[in-house]
Amino acid sequence: MADGTRDSGDRENQPADEAALSARLRRLGSRLDHVGASRPLEGNSSGRTAADTSAMARGFRLSTELVAGVIVGAIIGWLLDRWLGISPWGLIVFLLLGFVAGVLNVMRAAGVSPSGKANNR
Amino acid sequence: MADPIHQFQINKIATLGHIGGHEIAFTNSALFMAIAVSGITALMLGATMRRSLVPGRMQSIAELSYEFVADTLKSSAGNEGMKFFPLVFSLFMFILVANVIGIIPYTFTVTSHIVITASLALLVFLTVIVYGIYKNGLRFLKLFVPSGIPIYILPLIVLIEVMSFLSRPISHSVRLFANMLAGHITLKVFGGFVTMLGGFGIAGWLGATLPLAMTVALTALELLVAFLQAYVFTILTCIYLNDAIHPGH
Repeated sequence: MADGTRDSGDRENQPADEAALSARLRRLGSRLDHVGASRPLEGNSSGRTAADTSAMARGFRLSTELVAGVIVGAIIGWLLDRWLGISPWGLIVFLLLGFVAGVLNVMRAAGVSPSGKANNR
Repeated sequence: MADPIHQFQINKIATLGHIGGHEIAFTNSALFMAIAVSGITALMLGATMRRSLVPGRMQSIAELSYEFVADTLKSSAGNEGMKFFPLVFSLFMFILVANVIGIIPYTFTVTSHIVITASLALLVFLTVIVYGIYKNGLRFLKLFVPSGIPIYILPLIVLIEVMSFLSRPISHSVRLFANMLAGHITLKVFGGFVTMLGGFGIAGWLGATLPLAMTVALTALELLVAFLQAYVFTILTCIYLNDAIHPGH
């Protein structure tokens, strides 16, 4: 964002210390680029845990993950019951599967279980 | 006053017209959405209007928010994720500003309605599906098939993975909505205690300082929650977008 103003500012006034200042700025810029280039490598490892900033937010996140899984299971089971007329069985099976999916979500959110993409080829 | 739910009521301000027998109304929710959007636009335009090498106050805010969202996006979705920067930045700024505006007394909290948060979460969810299939084709479905699983339990695992994927927009939207709703109800309940105790004379006034102190502390906590939930929404968006960009590894 500041690049444009920096260059135009340099061309307008040409005294000696201005030139020294712009040289320093360029050096700083190249150093910053260097830091920026190495940053993604450090950032990658902490990307997942950065979401868990406070304990309350973390607890709330885990509980919603579990509940969401159960709700999805209940909805799918109920719809299958209605469409296929297999009355209690769709709800029973998919509620259990939804619970499993919820637990999987929680383990993933907590970082206990490796996520699906981590252990792939 | 004693009704803590009253603050979430949607009131019609003006009627814009009718579409298919449904009234399209400009509500107080729409008003505060417009305030949030125009506030963000004013901030960003004002910050980029007078650019200088040493940033002023406005420019600092704009640059900090840009850097913050860009770092979050790059660290969880990689450099390829930067093509989604406009989406992620808009989501973050909209949720953050709407949350923070909601803390001001007599305002309306847009994000305390699940309609709003669910639409935002579904937007992210559908973006992930559409972009994932557009970019990777059928390889996107490998998201549901973890490797190294014996073939006889694979159908079960795939089913669970699909349900885990489907539950994403629910937990994504409910988290933001419930946090804002619960926080604002708590604030209102403690505020109600102050006026109720105040009705009991001198002893009541002394007792009312306790819930008043609580309200002040809760307001500070709400400010933290407002920022934190915007951040959590953003980082989950980034993690989901990462699945669309790199489903295989």
